[in-house]
Amino acid sequence: MERVVTENPELVSSSVYGETFEGRNITYLKIGLGSEGVQKKAIWMDCGIHAREWIAPAFCQWFVKEILLHYKTDKKLNEMLKNMDLYVTPVLNVDGYMYSWINESTRLWRKSRSTPHEGCTCHGVDLNRNFNANWGTVGVSRDCCHNTYCGSGPVSEKEAQAVTQFVGSRVDQILCFLTIHSAGQLLLLPYGHPHISAPNYDELMAVGQAAAKAMKAVHGMDYRVGTSPDILYPNSGSSRDWARLMGIPFSYTFELRDKGEFGHLLPEEQIQPACEEAFEGALFIITYVHDKAFHNRTEIGAASVARAFWATVLASCLATMYLL
Amino acid sequence: MSRPLCALWVFMVLLGDRLASPYRPETEPLDPEPHEANSIVELEVPPELDGTMSDGELVPHHYPAQRAAKVVQHYLNTRHGSPYRWIELHRVNKASLEDLGQAGKKYYLEISLKEVISNTDLGQCSAEVLFSGEQDQGAPQVQCPCEGLQKLNTTAEEEALFQRLNSSATPLSGSNIPDSYGHIAPEMKPLWHLGAAAASFVMLKESNESTLYNMAQVANITQLETENGQLRFKYHVLLHDMISQEILHWKLLVSWSPAGGVSVLQTEGQPKPAESTPEDTAPTSAS
Repeated sequence: MERVVTENPELVSSSVYGETFEGRNITYLKIGLGSEGVQKKAIWMDCGIHAREWIAPAFCQWFVKEILLHYKTDKKLNEMLKNMDLYVTPVLNVDGYMYSWINESTRLWRKSRSTPHEGCTCHGVDLNRNFNANWGTVGVSRDCCHNTYCGSGPVSEKEAQAVTQFVGSRVDQILCFLTIHSAGQLLLLPYGHPHISAPNYDELMAVGQAAAKAMKAVHGMDYRVGTSPDILYPNSGSSRDWARLMGIPFSYTFELRDKGEFGHLLPEEQIQPACEEAFEGALFIITYVHDKAFHNRTEIGAASVARAFWATVLASCLATMYLL
Repeated sequence: MSRPLCALWVFMVLLGDRLASPYRPETEPLDPEPHEANSIVELEVPPELDGTMSDGELVPHHYPAQRAAKVVQHYLNTRHGSPYRWIELHRVNKASLEDLGQAGKKYYLEISLKEVISNTDLGQCSAEVLFSGEQDQGAPQVQCPCEGLQKLNTTAEEEALFQRLNSSATPLSGSNIPDSYGHIAPEMKPLWHLGAAAASFVMLKESNESTLYNMAQVANITQLETENGQLRFKYHVLLHDMISQEILHWKLLVSWSPAGGVSVLQTEGQPKPAESTPEDTAPTSAS
């Protein structure tokens, strides 16, 4: 991360915005052009909230790399980076992630690594059940040894506190909240609670479906789109739900490859294709959100078709002009 | 002479481009819902909530149909899975549910399946899955006539593997398949698939409407002495249940031959923990 900053100072800066239970820094990379001292609109992306979902931190790195490679030559990307900042947290649950790297027996760890409170013998809280969003109501366990243990109270975990404080203080600035997980090949919209619907559900669905289509175009992989209670399971206390409840209009959970053959143990040869398709999905949503905020444009796909048509007309005119 | 005309064209094109991208103003106000975050502490969620419990059509890509379809995958792998055959659910195309009261819930599915190792499209199959109504449920009952399965011929590879393992001086053993990096040594791949087929017996038996099982890993495999013309193995497998997110450990005694298929002779393991807050009711008082 340090190298990315030193080698691209005009584009990238980094900042520590919290601490894990074991005292490790939680860091974001802030990516944008002309961002010195300016409060710009922003996109939030975090990876690795669940320790064993290794493809997620890999994707955050891939995402940053793609931006760095193309921001000078890709006009659209360049425009977006002038208008917005991207806050990317490559690994949110640093303690859990490092624990999962120790050996084969720790590989499938999911939660944080906080020590248990009195009366309990097991470490860790499911960070994606710990946010203050209908906390503890559905799809959680109160047993601290379980993998969906939601904690002793909402935002009991330092990692969840870090996101809550940072994002919470910039809610008006943040246009879109993306949280990256594996596995299942899903794009989840708010809310995890079956009785609540986001007011912009239709738009979230339409954009999500278009993003899934863009993802499928890369390597043919299907990603199902919908709320968690519809396509996966009800849950509460997720960061995605919290972000939406705070008023951030676009909030999605990406569940990357695969659909169960390898699960979280995704083979090396699938890392690049998984990241390539996820990038197209994330970029689609980011572009939509940007165009909505800065060009007041909300139709999906029509603009590009129209532009293609007019470009053809212009080309034929120019050709005619030179032939005459 | 054509220049001014073309300048007009260019002007019209640029105008057209602007007109071609109309904007639609935001139709719904995006107001935050602070009330919801604070006032909903515990919510009564009726048992029928999972959205499908009335008779009739199900949304194919929603979870009830998806969970039932996964059960079909487990069933097919108990019957057709082998070191060289692994059947995977590709898509649910149609689904409906019949509530049989005390007799349980019956899912009718149209699914497309794939044999993963040979990358064979098995086409569309019809399936029925009956989840028992009783508390002490047995395994779900599955019926899945699927003609596409006739296409699969893996006899040659299976015979070769059988001969190799049967006559080998040292019994085979291995662990962590796949390893932390998703890597599987090529010679262990058939034993991985065999383990998955054996695990399917457990996953089938343990499945209900609140589970979604996959095999996460073969933690350990040890070859035992061949008996009655069947190769035998001790397997320690890790199962992942998506709904609880738990990793469940199971030890299996497995026998296999090309002619006899896969059998699981003994099992010892962890059913999914029961005390998790159920998906569709309010939590009981804090533990």
